[in-house]
This record gives sequence, structure tokens and C-alpha cells, in this order.
Amino acid sequence: MSEINNLKLCDLVDKIKNKKLSSKEITEAFINRSKKSSKLNSYITDNFDNALNRAKEFDEKPDFNKKIPGIPLAVKDLFCTKNLRTTAGSKILENFIPTYESTVTQNIIDHGGIIIGKLNCDEFAMGSSNETSNYGNVQNPISENLVPGGSSGGSSAALAAKLTPATIGTDTGGSIRQPASFTGTVGLKPTYGSCSRYGIVAFASSLDQAGPMTQDVKDCALLLEVMSSFDTKDSTSVEFTRGDYLNDLNENIKGKKIGIPKEYRVDGMPKEIEDLWEKGIKIIKDNGGDVIDISLPNTNYALPTYYIVAPAEASSNLARYDGVKYGFRSKGENLIDMYEKTRSEGFGDEVKRRIMIGTYVLSSGYYDAYYLKAQKVRRLIKNDFDEAYKKVDAILTPSTPSSAFKIGEKLNDPVSMYLNDIFTVPINLAGIPAISIPAGHDNNGFPLGLQIIGKAFDEQNILNIAYSIEKNIGYKNHINDWWIK
Amino acid sequence: MSDQNKEYLILRDNNEYEVIIGLEVHAQVLSESKLFSSSPTKFGSEPNTQVSLVDAAFPGMLPVINEFCIKQAIKTGIGLNAKINNKSIFDRKNYFYADLPQGYQISQYKNPIVGEGSVTLDMPDGEKMIGIERLHLEQDAGKSIHDIDPQNTLVDLNRSGVALMEIVSKPDLRSLDEVNAYIKKLRSIMRYLGTCDGNMQEGSLRADVNVSVRKKGETELGTRCEIKNVNSIKFMQMAIDYEANRQVDIIEEGGSIDQETRLFDTKKNETRSMRTKEDAHDYRYFPDPDLLPLELNDDFINEIKKEIPELPDEKKKRFIEKFNLSPYEANILVSDIETSKYFEDVSKKSDVKLATNWITGELFALLNNKSIEITESPITSENLAKLINLIKDGTISGKIAKTVFEIMADSGKDPKNIVEKKGLKQQSDPKELEKIIDKVIIDNPKNVEAYKSGKDKLFGFFVGQVMKQSNGKANPQLVNEILKKKLN
Repeated sequence: MSEINNLKLCDLVDKIKNKKLSSKEITEAFINRSKKSSKLNSYITDNFDNALNRAKEFDEKPDFNKKIPGIPLAVKDLFCTKNLRTTAGSKILENFIPTYESTVTQNIIDHGGIIIGKLNCDEFAMGSSNETSNYGNVQNPISENLVPGGSSGGSSAALAAKLTPATIGTDTGGSIRQPASFTGTVGLKPTYGSCSRYGIVAFASSLDQAGPMTQDVKDCALLLEVMSSFDTKDSTSVEFTRGDYLNDLNENIKGKKIGIPKEYRVDGMPKEIEDLWEKGIKIIKDNGGDVIDISLPNTNYALPTYYIVAPAEASSNLARYDGVKYGFRSKGENLIDMYEKTRSEGFGDEVKRRIMIGTYVLSSGYYDAYYLKAQKVRRLIKNDFDEAYKKVDAILTPSTPSSAFKIGEKLNDPVSMYLNDIFTVPINLAGIPAISIPAGHDNNGFPLGLQIIGKAFDEQNILNIAYSIEKNIGYKNHINDWWIK
Repeated sequence: MSDQNKEYLILRDNNEYEVIIGLEVHAQVLSESKLFSSSPTKFGSEPNTQVSLVDAAFPGMLPVINEFCIKQAIKTGIGLNAKINNKSIFDRKNYFYADLPQGYQISQYKNPIVGEGSVTLDMPDGEKMIGIERLHLEQDAGKSIHDIDPQNTLVDLNRSGVALMEIVSKPDLRSLDEVNAYIKKLRSIMRYLGTCDGNMQEGSLRADVNVSVRKKGETELGTRCEIKNVNSIKFMQMAIDYEANRQVDIIEEGGSIDQETRLFDTKKNETRSMRTKEDAHDYRYFPDPDLLPLELNDDFINEIKKEIPELPDEKKKRFIEKFNLSPYEANILVSDIETSKYFEDVSKKSDVKLATNWITGELFALLNNKSIEITESPITSENLAKLINLIKDGTISGKIAKTVFEIMADSGKDPKNIVEKKGLKQQSDPKELEKIIDKVIIDNPKNVEAYKSGKDKLFGFFVGQVMKQSNGKANPQLVNEILKKKLN
């Protein structure tokens, strides 16, 4: 591995600004390592040649005022990228090349970033292990045959393996934070409305949010600054003063009130996760924070609520993939037959499962019992957080109830797979921000993460708390490049 | 077909059936761009040239509400005397069809932008109020074209995403004439407001027609059938007449009506079942998560209220009061905004009574003959006013005026020039007229004798002779006066 690959995003930005490294050198380093890492299967589509040209162009006419000048980044294949294939991990979009750029990737480009490729993910972001992708499993660089989490599994793997200095994912129920936790990296889901959804292949519109995935909290603050913007092309984008997240990063958490929700102490949670949580609590106390027990009484209903709301929206959002306008089309005897064949062959099992659940819960006669009730419970879950934030500034929980599992282990047990999201899903339902940071290892040496949950639009606060824990917890990823031989 | 009876009843043996009609009118919002995208909406463009990525439902594309369309819907709601709802919600109506790119139509289901209102119809036997149930905004679909390619259906997405207002009436309509009056009134109101051009040929105005029948005197509504997408008043009337008779026949034979959706076949003049209630689509409506609820504060609505022009009902009232018109005349003049403007222009510069008569008489006949709109009239309001003034000041007679009018219709010229050039000026010099009259009296001694012995009717003969001698230019009033003096 080149020394360049070991540098974090902020370090690379410094090196480029100080002219210690060129964009070409950096871009080449990450492309070369990516090329050697095909065994991880983290890329669906690469943009290496084009990216290298962009890097050369940058070096010829550098603009060092940009936030990430000449920095190469690979991104989740859920972001539409102009002239670069975008599959959403699905066969139904296997040959889809957008003529437009998502707002978030456009922001990256506008701030000097160079897109080096599109990263694997669960099909339409539906999954927690990257096993539902039409383009195959992704290996977790931590250990062979370990899942990298999902749905942003290609992103977490590529980041942990240092094929990209940082990356972006999308998080509908934990799809950034859970893979970050499984790979010993940092992942942040911003407040709903912070990052534009324009040009992101939609899964569940009221929950989807793009966010940064990085090596550490500093990088996370920088990349969030780059991604987040008010966008009139997304009606749910919120106009608020976006912070100077990196500049205002501050490890001082003295006097901060941190809530510990008792409902997150779920039955059967491994002791190592319990210990990890205690470790986090101790660090907060040691650094002058106040730890306060709180209650989020409707936590138990979050997962069932999520598995009604998200599939309902998905069943409608995915109706556009019908073989008529773009993407995969199967030949049929007539229109209905064409639809049925296209969608039967074009979608994988998990996507079909969720379309069926979603169609069912929206059906007349079931709507009130499922969808409407779920919306009411969603409101209660949000109220829980509002109540809690009258007493505390942020909330600390584990990111996941377990560490990464083996490939294939949970594939045929959807409910056990869904349980992975138990700590992350409530945050999406409430529309608030949360960050997962690596905090320790389990007995197998697999990473474990802690989640810090904040108030709406209070990203700076959770970044600061995460920064403080990160400084004190002394986490290091153990990666031995087992896939490069 | 449409009898002019006050009551529209269907008779079978000893039974009289009343027909109950409700309309769901789909009116295209007059707007440069679509409801949720900035694509243009120009009618008759090349297929698939008025389409954005949003309209074609590309991955990751999101709807953004067009504020202008919202204002248009609010204006229309105000014109329908309706309640404007401070909060409304856009829902997704889910179904698959090739010309529906999203796989759902964005519409308003439970919470429409406009609530209850009313429209007043002017029927021959007086005014009638028709209740409005609601008005909501929704997207139009594209168009499937089945007759160009023998193997494939082609899809044109130009209409996809165009803003429609669905205006739902209460089941208050009772006759074909009322349907006619209702559609015309709606169209008139929307044209006054500039919210819909009402052009039925171009599909800017279509309707789903709900029809049920019941024995006269019953108070419960019968089971209704919905006839989808009828695009002219004539077809609506034909469809209702057919459908009402079909339903009566079933009931007379002891059957019952199935609630269903039907199609009107304009060639065979019949309605056919499209789908029954059992196989009705389950549209799985739910609030569109890409759009926030539409919240309108009162200030916003009040600002729009200030922009509302005088509407047909008010204008009619004013015309009756200010110009002393009959309700019938006022109605004709206000039904179309351009006609009312034309009338006001003419009447400002000339005699109101003559203006009314000339517009509703000669001008309407001319426009009708040429099949043109009043805005395309070769006779400008200014020239018509001049013509009326020429009559009024005695420069020409009413009869000559008709000749002048015809020349104006062909040439578009100023009536003063025509009168001067063609020497059509009326002879109003009593001395000149006396000369002609004396000659006529001398030339017709027998008729003079007969008249004097009591044959009063011969007076017309003398007038005719004088007019003939003067080439029609003699001032008829003066001729009458002088003749009377000379003959008596």
C-alpha cells in the first residue's frame, strides 16, 4: 500500500494545498489500490480513466480554495452520476447511464472532488449486508467472508480498505451507520432535509438521507460541509444555516447532557456491546459530560413501524421501473405480460418482498390498520425524542446489536436481518441526525460502533461529542490486506 | 335529443323517471409550465418535446410544486364561490400504465385545495344553483398512440405532468340543458379568470359523467354509473341520454343497476361497461412523501382575491342595472369575456340599446357565418360604435347601415369612409325631399285619390316610391312627416 492510501481526507487536502502531493498522484494511488482489490467486489462501475484525466486537469489549473481540491472519491451507486452508469445495485438498471448529476455528487464535484467510481450496495438500498446486490457480495476488509454491512456495503468496504479516502452513502434505516460500525469507520446520517435527495435513486422518500462515511470525525465534518446544501429541486430540502462543521469541531463536552435510553438495553445483547456502551459513558463522564438516564418508550415499535412505512413508499417509488422508458425490459405478449416479466426478472427477492409488503399495507381495507397506524406511531417516536431533548443535548447508544456476521448467515432469515437496524431505524423515523463511530472490537476482533444521536439540525453537537469520544477511546482498525495477494 | 321541456323525464308506461347527473370536469390549468416541473405545456408540439426528466420519471427525479398552478386553482375556487382550504395534501394514486411514467399520478385525495362552492345557471325558467363538491389539482398522464406502429404502442409524454383541476359537482343536474349550461358557465368563469382556456377540441376541458335515474318523487339516489372522459357537450348529452334510457330499461324489466365505469362510444352512440365495482382498481392512495403538505395562509389567499376580475354573474347584474338590459340580453353579452369587453367598448362610445341589438344580431350572425371568435372580428368595436353613431345622428338609415355593415365585414374599413365614398349619406334636406314627394304625388293621382277616400294602407306605397326615387337614401322619418302633411 502506498503511503498516500493511509492518509485521511483532511491530510490529503492539506498535502494538496501545500503542494506536497498532486491530484494525479493521489488519484493514481487510490485507483491502483482499487484495481488490486477486485476481490472485495466493492465497485460496480469504475470511472478510473476519466478520473485520472480530471486529476491532470486539476493539476494544470488547480483551485486550492475548494474544500476538497482534486481529491478522488468513490460513491455509492445510488447517486445518479452524469454519463456514468448508475445501477442502484439492481439488474433493472444494469445499463442505465444518467444524463444528469445528483445534487450531492454535484456538490462534491463543485468543491473539487473527482468521482473515481460507483460502489456496490444492496439492491435499491434494501438490505443490511450488501447481499441483495445484483452485482454480488462485498467482502468486509476486516475479515474474509464477513459482510461489510448494508446497504452502503461497497462504500464501507472501500473506505475501510482505503480504496477511497472517504465516501458517501445513503441511510434509510441505518444504511450508513451500520456498515460504518461493521467496518470500523465513521458514518453520519444528517437531519432529514439537510442533504438534497435530488438524483438519488429513491428507496423510501420520507426516510432517505445521504451522508458522509469517513476514516475519522474530522473528515466526516469536512465531507458533510461539502454534501449538505439547500436545494430547490427537492421539496423536502430545508433552508437552514449550515454549520462550519470542520472549523467549529471542538472536543470540549464539559457540561453536555448525554441521555442513555433504557429501552436500548435489549434482551440478548452481547456483553461486549454492553461493555462498549459503558466505556462510552465513562469517557463522557471523564470529560465533564453529564450522563442522564432517559426513556424513549416507543422504541419497541420502531422496527415494525419502519417495515410498514419504508416498504409502502418503496412499492410506489419502484413502480417507475416498468421497462417502458429506460432500464431492463423483458419481452412480453402484451403490456401486462411485459410488466410482469420485466419486474420479475429485473428485481431481486428482497426488493420484491418489500414491494409486496408495501403494496399490501397500502391496500384498501388495510391502509388504516397498517400505514395510517404506522404514521401515528412514527409521530409518537418523534415525540419521544422531543421529550428527551428537553432534558439532554444528545443520546448515546450502541450502533448495532451485534458485530458483522458471516456472508450467507442471515440471508434466509429476513427478520433476523431486519433486527440489525433496531438501534438505527428510530432515528430515521424521527428525522434527526446520528453518527456512528468505531469504539471497540468484539471477541473475534470485529469492530463495534457507538451511535450519538442529536437534535434536528444539531450536527455540530454530535460531531463534537463524537470527536471527544474518538480522541479518548483510542480505536484502531486492524486490516491486513488479506484480499491482496 | 335535447328537448326544451323544463323537466327532463324519461317515460315508460305509467312511470316517469328523473335523471340525476353529476359531473367531474377536468380542466387544464392555463400555465406555461407543468404542475411539478418546468417543462412547457404547448399544445400540438412534436411528440416528446415538452418533457423533462421529472415528467418521464427518471430515477431520483423529484416533483417541485409550480406556485402559479396553485394560484390558478385558488382563483378558480374563488370564482366558484368555494372555500379555499388552508391545508391540502398531494397523494399518489398508484396504477400501472404505459403513459403513466411514475407508476402513480400525483393527485389530491382526502384533502383537496378547494372545498364546497356553487355555480349559478341561468335557465329559461330562472336561476338554478349547482353545488360544487370540491376542486383538486392533479397531473395529467401522457398519451398512448396505438395506430402509428403496427407492432407497438407509442407513448407521447408531452401531456405528462400537465396541471389539471378536477372540479366535482354535486349530483344537482337534472337535464341535458342544465349540463350544457353548467359546462358553459364553468368555462365562462375560468375564461374570465384566465385559469383555463376551456378548449374542448384540444382536450383542455373533459368530463367524467355520473348518471343515475329514479322514479319521479323518490328522494333516495339510484345507483350511478360513471361515463369516463367525454370531451364535448354534445357527446355528454348523447351519453347521458343513452345511459339514462339504458338504466330505465333495466329497472323497468325488474333489474337493478350495477355501479360501474362505462365508456361512451361516439360512433355507435352507446355506453359500454369498462369495469365493474368488483374489478375497480385499488389505487393505494397515500400522501406523496416527496411533497410537503400545501399550507396556504389567509394573507396569500386574500392577495389572490384582489386579483379576481368582475365575474359573469356580477357583470350581468351591472349590465342590467347600468345599461337597462333585459336579463336575457345581459346573459348573452356576459357569457363570454371577450364579447362582454367588445360590448363595453362599443357602448362606451355609442348608444347602448343599438349596441346591444347590433352585437347580438348582425355581429353574432356574421361571426357565426364565418365561424370565428369575436376577437377575430373584421369589424372592430371602434368601427361598430362609429356605425351606430352614424345611425344615431341621422347620417344613414338603419337599412343603409346594414349595407355599410356588410362592406365593413368584407373590408374591415371605417364606416365613415364607406358612407362617404359610396355616397350613402341619408337625404335629410326637407326641401329636396319635398321635391321628390311632390313628384310622386303628381305621378300617382289615382292612388292619392284612393288614399284620401280611406285606403290608409296605401301610405306605405308612397313611402316606397319616395325611397325608390331617392335610391334608398331618403331619411325615412322625414319622409313620413312630409308625406303625412301633404296627403292629409
